[in-house]
Amino acid sequence: MKESDIRRALRRIVHEIIEANKGIRNLALVGIKRRGDFIAQRIADIIKKTEGKKIPIGALDITLYRDDLQLVSEAPIIEGTEINFDINNKIIVLVDDVLYTGRTIRAAIEEILDFGRPKKIQLAVLIDRGHRELPIQADFAGRKVPTSKKEIVDVFIKETDGADSVVIHSYRKKQKDTKSGQGKTPRKTKVKQLFITGEKNNA
Amino acid sequence: MPEKNLLGIEPLGAEDLNRYLDQADNFLGVLERPIPIVPALRGKTIITLFFEPSTRTQISFSIAAKRLSADVVNFSRATSSVVKGETLLDTAKNIEAMKIDGVIIRHSVPGAAKILADHLDAFVINAGDGGHEHPTQALLDLMTIRQHFGRIKGLKVLIVGDIAHSRVARSNIFGLKTLGAEVGICGPPTLIPREIEKLGVQVFCSLDEVIKEFDVIMALRIQLERQKSGLFPSIREYRNFYGLTRERIKKIKPHGVIMHPGPTNRGIEIDPEVADGNKSLILRQVKNGVALRMAVLFIHAGGKIE
Amino acid sequence: MNRILIKGGRVIDPGTNRDGRFDILITENKITQIDKKITPKGAKVIDARGLIITPGFIDLHCHLRDPGRPDKETVESGSRAGIAGGFTTLCCMPNTEPVIDNEGIVNYIIKEASRVGLCRVLPIAAITKKRQGKEITEFGELIKAGAKGFSDDGDTVANANVLRHALEYSKIFNVPIFEHPIDNNLAQDGVMNEGFSSTRLGLKGAPTIAEDVIVARDLLLAKFTGARLHLCHISSKGAVELIKKAKQEGVHITCETCPHYFYFNDEVLETFDTNYKVNPPLRSEEDRKAIIEGLRDGTIDCIATDHAPHTRAEKELEFTRAPSGMIGLETALSLCIMELINHHQFSWLELIKKLTLNPARILNEKLGVLQPGLPADIAMIDPEKRWRYTENRIQSRSKNSPLLNRELKGKVVGLIVKGDIKYLPGNKDV
Repeated sequence: MKESDIRRALRRIVHEIIEANKGIRNLALVGIKRRGDFIAQRIADIIKKTEGKKIPIGALDITLYRDDLQLVSEAPIIEGTEINFDINNKIIVLVDDVLYTGRTIRAAIEEILDFGRPKKIQLAVLIDRGHRELPIQADFAGRKVPTSKKEIVDVFIKETDGADSVVIHSYRKKQKDTKSGQGKTPRKTKVKQLFITGEKNNA
Repeated sequence: MPEKNLLGIEPLGAEDLNRYLDQADNFLGVLERPIPIVPALRGKTIITLFFEPSTRTQISFSIAAKRLSADVVNFSRATSSVVKGETLLDTAKNIEAMKIDGVIIRHSVPGAAKILADHLDAFVINAGDGGHEHPTQALLDLMTIRQHFGRIKGLKVLIVGDIAHSRVARSNIFGLKTLGAEVGICGPPTLIPREIEKLGVQVFCSLDEVIKEFDVIMALRIQLERQKSGLFPSIREYRNFYGLTRERIKKIKPHGVIMHPGPTNRGIEIDPEVADGNKSLILRQVKNGVALRMAVLFIHAGGKIE
Repeated sequence: MNRILIKGGRVIDPGTNRDGRFDILITENKITQIDKKITPKGAKVIDARGLIITPGFIDLHCHLRDPGRPDKETVESGSRAGIAGGFTTLCCMPNTEPVIDNEGIVNYIIKEASRVGLCRVLPIAAITKKRQGKEITEFGELIKAGAKGFSDDGDTVANANVLRHALEYSKIFNVPIFEHPIDNNLAQDGVMNEGFSSTRLGLKGAPTIAEDVIVARDLLLAKFTGARLHLCHISSKGAVELIKKAKQEGVHITCETCPHYFYFNDEVLETFDTNYKVNPPLRSEEDRKAIIEGLRDGTIDCIATDHAPHTRAEKELEFTRAPSGMIGLETALSLCIMELINHHQFSWLELIKKLTLNPARILNEKLGVLQPGLPADIAMIDPEKRWRYTENRIQSRSKNSPLLNRELKGKVVGLIVKGDIKYLPGNKDV
């Protein structure tokens, strides 16, 4: 998936969000760190362009809500959650880069609910790669990509990675969901060694 | 990879210290939330073992643990009432048998936390061992200073009072020096431990002469029993020479601040007007204490120790 | 007739100033001949090639906890520890329960030692009744029963007048008074040396001046009374300097230090291991070096162990609550070899003198010398042997040693007490 594909996918997501909620009244975006927050910002920018109005936007660091904290070898550095608006009675659109097992979204929903009682929570993702472990579905997906569990989906975005692209790698060793591996940035070199890089045609 | 235990500041490097401070800054945000509780340590059991009374520190740790959804068991008993023959080691073995994940210990004897750490699989956080170290107090002091000034390096910090018996002074000296502050200590020579200059601190006897030179004035609690053992002649004289009185603090730098690890002996080492005044960071220290202790618990309990 | 020939060893005997290859013949309980080459003629031959042969060691200062604390040590277990370390004579201190302050207890110890029959045990009796520092004990009766000196060890005789009288009274019998020189007011409840390490660790310090002040006082009293004063476990630089000066002025004074004061400094306390808690405390590196120099220049006459057994339960207490003392009989020689011979190039004659001849002279005993006609108390040392001081190996009933499980160098591998072979080279227990 190239830069232009991502741009188109986000435009379509915005369209669907506005369509589904009949406008942007009461709408707020919450991105899941890292990358989900930047994607949420882009969605907000597109909304501003098309609707001419800013909507509230926040960011979640779900580290403290993860269900696999006991499995990682070292307590991760938390980055802080920023939700500086009242979420009560809002329609919250959670935004993330990749939807995979659903565990990250579960944690995000739990965290959101600790901030108040939104009217609705919806989910927007750039890539839905399947293999859910919890009954969670995306309301808005940029693209559905059938993958094998042995593959890994890497989303690169300008804000953190310098360029926009989505790449699917196949890899030999068993590796956890990238989200529960706490972002790609700190472990990038380590992760890369584990993969044979090679773009798939359908990506 | 941090050590399993947090026993003291002395062995920690700048990177370790900053890791605690950065994490603590993030936890401050959690405390501001409508529901200031996160599930990070759900299922973990932490015991606070206080063999020396310290309601504040114990409460601060308990709150921190609860904010992280850990189960907390509080135990406190003055050392003097610990039955003869019952050793800290017995206690450790009992804790081990109960499968507790972490122990926070306060004890009047230096090295007590280390005894537990040497014998337990659970992580151990030293909440004060005699006159040795009180690492979380120093970390929260460092956090407060950094928050206020935006840095620690290059600041001049003066610690005033009973340095000889103070674990707070020791831990702060270690941490401040590691992070590049200049540290002075000030008190009557009877309360200054021998050869402390070797820790890289300057020693002063006259508070009035030097108070104007420092950015941070940290007063220590004076234990009233020190007077009885003849280390200074009277409370009145102590206050006259080393108390942070209203008059004396007029001399500090315009941007200078006052800190105190608490609980304060109001009217002795610090005047109430000073403790509650606009130069005082004391309540900020208390608030930061919870966030800092959350960070410490999260770092030590959050990950599986390999 | 029971005859033993120790053949081919390097004999080091400060009493005869001998250092060379000699054979030693023992007949019954005495040495009968020392020569370059002695033919066996039916004697049992011990091949001592590669070994160092010295008089058996004499410990002026150990605690056998007998009577009173058989859970810590007894005359029997202490004797076992002693012979394992090469000691043929042990002077046991009187801070027992009850205190060795009457003939009955002196008799008990002597009988017990002869029943055990492992090494000589010479009781040191208390200077004052119940070691309370008030009234002096019946020196005459105690000496008749077998006491070899007097000490309130564990406590200084705080009242200078009481010590003055004890020193004066001791002149009747020409016996040494062993002083434990620490001012308790200055030491207060210090649990380690006061200095940079105590400042770092927050443990209450006992300053070196607590020792120096009493040493200075005692030197003046020794000079004033002309009695035989022996200062126990010297650990500070200040004390070494004071004693050196007094000796130069001709004051009749002797003193001892212990292996831990020249082997460890107070930095080891950062482990908070209670086995390092001793009284006087382990001192600074500067003091440690001064002790070594004091040994070298003869200011310090003897090396005693201050072997102080304590139970595991007591040593498992928190640092301030645990009692002071470490066991030392079995490790003393190794520490002397590793530190003084290997690291500081002491000569063997110098070292052995402080373990044999000098303590014998202080006790006024015809011991500590290898000479025909004298008792056959002989140690055989393998100076290169590496061994590990494990709990199984400890002969003492207590295990409070910071050297536990450490590899040590140099060991006594054969020992003869009063002509009796206690063990020999090649014995796997050694």
